[in-house]
Amino acid sequence: MNTSNPNISDDQRNPGMSLDLEIIEHVTANRSAIERRASSYGARRSVKKQWQVAWLLRAITFIDLTTLSGDDSADRVRRLCAKAKNPVRRETLEALGAVNLPIRPGAVCVYHHFVETAVEALQGSSIPVAAVSTGFPSGLAPRDTKLMEIEASVKAGAKEIDIVIERHQVFSHDWQGLYQFIKECRDACGDAHLKTILGVGDLGTLKNVAKASQVAMMAGSDFIKTSTGKEASNATLPVSLTMVRMIRDYYERTGYKIGFKPAGGISDAKTALLYLIMMKEELGLEWLNPEMFRFGASSLLNDLERQLEHCATGYYSAGYEHPLV
Amino acid sequence: MNVSEIFEKFSYGPAPEATDNIDKWLKSHKRKFGHFINGEFTTPSQKLITSKNPATGKALAKVSIASAKDIDLAVDSAQAAFKAWQAQSGHQRARVLYALARIIQKHARALAVLETMDNGKPIRESRDNDIPLVIRHFYHHAGWAQVLDEEFPDHQAHGVVGQIIPWNFPLLMMAWKIAPALAAGNTIVIKPAEFTSLTALYFAHLCQLAGVPKGVINIVTGEGETGQALVKHPKIAKIAFTGSTDVGREIRRVSAKSDKALTLELGGKSPFIVFEDADLDSAIEGLVDAIWFNQGQVCCAGSRLLVQESIKDRFYKKLKKRMAKLRLGDPLDKAIDMGSLIAPIQKQRIEKMLTEGLKTGGTKWQPKFDVPSEGCYLAPTLITDIEPSSPLAQEEIFGPILVAMAFRTPDDAVALANNTRYGLAASIWSENINVALDLAPRIKAGVIWINSTNQFDAACGFGGYRESGFGREGGREGMMAYLKPKFLDKLKTLAPQTAATVKSYAPNDALDETPKLYMAGKQARPDGGYSMPVVSSKGIQLGEVGEGSRKDIRNAVQAAEKNKAWAKSTAHLRAQVIYYIAENLEKRSSEFIGRIRAQTDCKQDKAEQELALSIERLFAAAAMADKFDGQIHSPPSRQLVAAMREPIGIVGVVAPQDNPLLGTITMAAPLLAMGNQVVLVPSDIHPLAATDLYQIFDTSDVPAGAISIITGEHGALGKTLAEHRAVDGLWYFGNPTHLADVKAASAGNLKQFWSHEGKAMPWRQLKVMNNRELLEHATEVKNIWVPYGA
Repeated sequence: MNTSNPNISDDQRNPGMSLDLEIIEHVTANRSAIERRASSYGARRSVKKQWQVAWLLRAITFIDLTTLSGDDSADRVRRLCAKAKNPVRRETLEALGAVNLPIRPGAVCVYHHFVETAVEALQGSSIPVAAVSTGFPSGLAPRDTKLMEIEASVKAGAKEIDIVIERHQVFSHDWQGLYQFIKECRDACGDAHLKTILGVGDLGTLKNVAKASQVAMMAGSDFIKTSTGKEASNATLPVSLTMVRMIRDYYERTGYKIGFKPAGGISDAKTALLYLIMMKEELGLEWLNPEMFRFGASSLLNDLERQLEHCATGYYSAGYEHPLV
Repeated sequence: MNVSEIFEKFSYGPAPEATDNIDKWLKSHKRKFGHFINGEFTTPSQKLITSKNPATGKALAKVSIASAKDIDLAVDSAQAAFKAWQAQSGHQRARVLYALARIIQKHARALAVLETMDNGKPIRESRDNDIPLVIRHFYHHAGWAQVLDEEFPDHQAHGVVGQIIPWNFPLLMMAWKIAPALAAGNTIVIKPAEFTSLTALYFAHLCQLAGVPKGVINIVTGEGETGQALVKHPKIAKIAFTGSTDVGREIRRVSAKSDKALTLELGGKSPFIVFEDADLDSAIEGLVDAIWFNQGQVCCAGSRLLVQESIKDRFYKKLKKRMAKLRLGDPLDKAIDMGSLIAPIQKQRIEKMLTEGLKTGGTKWQPKFDVPSEGCYLAPTLITDIEPSSPLAQEEIFGPILVAMAFRTPDDAVALANNTRYGLAASIWSENINVALDLAPRIKAGVIWINSTNQFDAACGFGGYRESGFGREGGREGMMAYLKPKFLDKLKTLAPQTAATVKSYAPNDALDETPKLYMAGKQARPDGGYSMPVVSSKGIQLGEVGEGSRKDIRNAVQAAEKNKAWAKSTAHLRAQVIYYIAENLEKRSSEFIGRIRAQTDCKQDKAEQELALSIERLFAAAAMADKFDGQIHSPPSRQLVAAMREPIGIVGVVAPQDNPLLGTITMAAPLLAMGNQVVLVPSDIHPLAATDLYQIFDTSDVPAGAISIITGEHGALGKTLAEHRAVDGLWYFGNPTHLADVKAASAGNLKQFWSHEGKAMPWRQLKVMNNRELLEHATEVKNIWVPYGA
């Protein structure tokens, strides 16, 4: 149930709102205090035994299994899609009593060039394809080509579009320009969901991250996402907490739930669990489903598998025992 | 619950910490303990206390109640060990402290588990907060031991110190007491709280392993009576106590009869101030750390929320949402936020306070979640719609209860924050450094946390103002509490002096003058309308001075409260005024020398010396007015901790009977230099040099309210000053006959108290009774924590 505005149904997309500079002006983010809170999740919460198994399995369902490299090829993308369809070895799932659980990643995320390949490879699996867009990762392509790229990806079958903002608009506080751009992207997306990548590693301060988050939500983003994975620093808990607090704030004011996607640098099960704890503590269960939360990651899946294997067998497994991501 | 169900519900499960090792340890002692005296465990006594796990109510072990004989044994053992321990080099003592730090580190998890079992605090807190701080404390103080002679020249240990610690942070408080005492070269008899002696006894075993010399640390267990016996023990040179204000007050009274040094770390009702421009989500987390840390059983808990009116409703809403997320339960569970209170009696006390307090108003709110029926659990509680007059807003609750009020402006916030008898800590939340740093010095509290709360470190002093006690723990200021100047041991006993019998009258050819009292920058007649004779040592009546009474003290204090110009003036200005006093004093030197001689019948050269030394004292105080400042501590986290030296406030002085001018100047000059306001009672038998100072003050730009002088009897006026709640400190160097009475009277508001302890002070030895020593006593240290990060 929507606890903030009962008139809004849960599956209703964020329509955005007019740009409210007053809100952006008053955004605060105290780095030391945020870091202190972010460092407490692992100390305050712990999941063990069957709880650990269930949480690790859920973590898999949040992954946007991603390949975004210069050396991507159709075969590489197909291999990734195959892994997406069978993320965990059947023997492991059987041992854990989890064969009947709906365990598949949230999406497969590729460059526009490989959208069709991925859509084809995933046919029949109901796993959506996400495409990074708008001159990923710098976001500095001409505006027209950026919008054309979105339209082309949607046409090719992408259900989700991950756009990148122009970071200079944050430095110059060109909130109107940033808002306008994201709004145009949203229009170009049509029914496809819009994830807005802030490039937090480039933004310099948590306050900038908080302000950019607000603008992105006002402009109609369905998700806000930390990073392209190509910046010097990517998703961290403090940055994520800053964004998640803005999501909570937006929800309290408008009644619309915005999804969150930390991306880059989350490569082990332990870290993934910290993010899940953070989401549960800060936003609650309503955000703990693939419609509202994703990890942008690929090698994370391998570690989750290894940990699950350990839970199932009692011994530590080797990486080579699990099919490549 | 199986995997599929959890997969669906995304719930937390139990995450218990194992207790096998601790159970084994308790069994190895047959769950029964004696005391730790002279490096050995004694046979458990006949009289025992059962130490229970408050979360389950189950008995953990029995500990002995110390008899008078046990205390004697422990004190004797500490005294026997003292000489050798003090004689060791700093380096040798540093090695012992270092070994303790290392060995505690090796037993960290065991100690954390035992602490949680014994106390009921979440394992997360004992594991991540208490024990790491214990280790850090020993490492830090190993350093002080190493550099003691260099950093604290002319200082030495007190001797045997008696230490009494509370149950809320059993091992941590023990470390705070033991580490600096050892580093300074004292030996110790320490009494843990009756509810929580077990980690202390585990620590005793670690002392054996670390090679602490026998008798240097003695641990006696017991109840309040054991503590009392320790406080009264004649061979104990210093008492350090952490606990309730009521008990602290009693210790002040009892110890007043002796010359024991005393430091007290007592209760609090610390404000948590949130401005509209704060990072509100972070402030909410700060509150969780402030009042739901250790179930609110924290002396410096941020228990009074002061929130700016404009954001009040929004903030309460956020807070309630956050409170509903707290997890309460088995303290050994690694995934809970709040554990058990210490004992059923505490739960009953808090519940009673709540019921009684709510009768005077206030709205209680608690999140709707299941509180375990077994064990001493109390849900986190928020009380809004409450006025400052409510007992819930005034009294320390020492539980998970937060009271919330709104303020309008920064001034309003300061007024509300200071509207308390306590002054331990405060937390200020604002993204505007101008606002935060404006408030920090204006709040009467020993520790200020900006945009943070409950931060502790061995390098940073901790301790309170007002009825939160005196003395600091941690840092340089904490070391001072376990050291005393070496010259004190060489002093002779001070004999009281009485005025000589009148044999003759001084020739009265000049115009009659009767010096009045001096307050608010003016002379005032004594309220009682009486005068008293001034008689020289040889029995010549020189004239009369006003006979001050308790009402005159009241008027003088009122004048100080009303005229705050001096307290607000800059250090540079204060120095200028004090230099000016010296200048004007020197201009009239022959007159003052004459006065000294007439009263004391001393030789010319002695009187000349007294004047010259007085001028030098003034210069020394003025010199340091803008130099005796604080320091920046370096805790192992990204923040500045500014240890500011602040004036004590309004300080009463009873000046010595001898050295009529020098005594008054020695007391007044350093106090004034640091910005204190002084209410001074001069020598009762030779008051005329002090009364002659009125004109000097009038011509030296001394503002009204900086200093008042009330002539009169030391015992009565000293006691009135001691009892006066608005007097923040008292220096009693007067007639030694009244010392114990005056000292005991200072227990009322637990003011800072400094005296000669019945010894003849070396007034004329400026390098011995040195300027720095005086300035230390004229200030108290406030630690302001300023985390930073763009």
